[in-house]
Amino acid sequence: MNTMNQTLLLRASAKVGPRVSLAIGLTVLAVLLALPLLHLLPGDHALHVSSYTLTLVGKILCYAVVALALDLVWGYAGLLSLGHGLFFALGGYAMGMYLMRQSAGDGLPAFMSFLSWSELPWYWVGTEHFLWALCLVVAVPGLLAFVFGYFAFRSRIKGVYFSIMTQALTFAGMLLFFRNETGFGGNNGFTDFKRILGFDITAPGTRAVLFLASLLLLLGSLYLGFRLARSKFGRVLTAVRDAENRLMFCGYDPRGYKLFIWVLSAVLCGLAGALYVPQVGIINPSEMSPTNSIEAAVWVALGGRGSLIGPLLGAGLVNGMKSFFTVALPEYWLFFLGALFILVTLYLPKGIYGLIKRGEQ
Amino acid sequence: MSSGIDAGLARDAIGLGQVAGQGLNTRHGTILSLEDLCVSFDGFKALTDLTLYIGVGELRCIIGPNGAGKTTLMDVITGKTRPDSGSAWFGETLDLTRMSEVQIAQAGIGRKFQKPTVFEALSVFENLELAQKTDKSVWASLRARLSGEQRDRIDEVLDTIRLGQERQRPAGLLSHGQKQFLEIGILLVQNPQLLLLDEPVAGMTDAETEFTAELFTSLARRHSLMVVEHDMGFVGRIADQVTVLHQGQVLAEGSLEQVQNDERVIEVYLGR
Repeated sequence: MNTMNQTLLLRASAKVGPRVSLAIGLTVLAVLLALPLLHLLPGDHALHVSSYTLTLVGKILCYAVVALALDLVWGYAGLLSLGHGLFFALGGYAMGMYLMRQSAGDGLPAFMSFLSWSELPWYWVGTEHFLWALCLVVAVPGLLAFVFGYFAFRSRIKGVYFSIMTQALTFAGMLLFFRNETGFGGNNGFTDFKRILGFDITAPGTRAVLFLASLLLLLGSLYLGFRLARSKFGRVLTAVRDAENRLMFCGYDPRGYKLFIWVLSAVLCGLAGALYVPQVGIINPSEMSPTNSIEAAVWVALGGRGSLIGPLLGAGLVNGMKSFFTVALPEYWLFFLGALFILVTLYLPKGIYGLIKRGEQ
Repeated sequence: MSSGIDAGLARDAIGLGQVAGQGLNTRHGTILSLEDLCVSFDGFKALTDLTLYIGVGELRCIIGPNGAGKTTLMDVITGKTRPDSGSAWFGETLDLTRMSEVQIAQAGIGRKFQKPTVFEALSVFENLELAQKTDKSVWASLRARLSGEQRDRIDEVLDTIRLGQERQRPAGLLSHGQKQFLEIGILLVQNPQLLLLDEPVAGMTDAETEFTAELFTSLARRHSLMVVEHDMGFVGRIADQVTVLHQGQVLAEGSLEQVQNDERVIEVYLGR
């Protein structure tokens, strides 16, 4: 009886909090929808949004998708990946190939001419078609994740060993892409994009559409994550995280579950990378550097893992502050990030989202 | 199955004319047959020529001093450890030494760990929902919805383990004893033929132990149970048959009284 009263009380008091959160969420969404439209206003208009701002926010939206994807495997299934930057970069490179072909027209991409190559390597075949590039954006990170995951989960690699292997994977990818012979522009990567689907890539309209596409991807991922978390599949994932042995003796094969969410997460990262590249206008192997992947884990930890909104908050907040600090106090940014991470781990084990939840109740 | 009486009996006895089905086949009345099992870890012999049979509907207790091989025995039955030699059959047709942990669990062997292990982040109800006997593939879980029948079954088990009041509580917040019961519930809701229970009453209050004894005796007949336990009072209350393990071998087998009067058992337990 007592517990029943308590839950009733909890419910009553919890009602006000979520309404405030919902209102804030909807406001943010409205602002995000307005940004690309305001960018279309003439440059001297008072409400004009500069292309710098739009690109910055669009970039953060892509990062937010990465954070969400990482949270699906880390927060729900308990697999800490320190190599998600690789999937992001692969998606970006696949899109970059198409953009390079658009710039080059019928000729070879510029960096290949510098290397005095006479023809395209076989894996560039078909990249002049947008749809094929989209297939690559999904298939390359997806297949790599599938093969890696299949063997890792079959060998029951878990915990810190898994994290180290993902870290090694992205590092290996970086070294491979640094080589000129790999055929992806070496350490310069791809840049100097001109057109996408025939449209000028720097035109306000194109920027607005790319921004909206990123927002759509984020909302889609959020919805997908929400549906997964609410399904029995999501509950099995938390069971994998908390008591994998118990789950196996209940007749579940955890490998399939891990592999599914792992591949899904990699594909989401690939899509985010593909939208990131045309907005920032460059992709190079440093995107695969281990620090990038670790930073993504920091966003998730900071925002609150195991929740869907937390990682978005983390990605938004850290990157927002990063762009502010790197302009205002460039020397101190890394110290600040480190301090932030330590403080959150010590005092907010459930991240910012956990703090908000506590505030609501 | 029902071939003529004269020809049929003899043929049936040696298994002729019997179509091997997919599921569990216990037509000879034994649910578990372990023969000449040997397991060694880096030269240490955990099990040596262990032979043990458990009948359908039987409640068997396994006792033995520390290091006698009780947990290794459970590991072999559930597929966690492969024996170096010997055979392990579930019913007449299922070779446990060739099946994975997951297949064995799906075939109908449930295991309760020594340390109570439940899905802490999920509610009591969700714990049972996950464990319930159903299609456990990824695709099925993505589209799974509970039917009324399944709900009733979970409610029934919640009543059996007396956790009906706690159904919405996160399992991580339950007391130690309640977690033990929840784990037993996780086994029951899978409808296993054979339950392996590793020290089920460790850390329970007297009242909880009493209730567990009642629960187990009511479960026997419908299920077969193999209970590893140190608490002799508890063993005396529930066991049909007791098996004493010592240094990886069966030392004695019989009723608790018989076993307790066995010279060798007394020697192992009391003096050396």
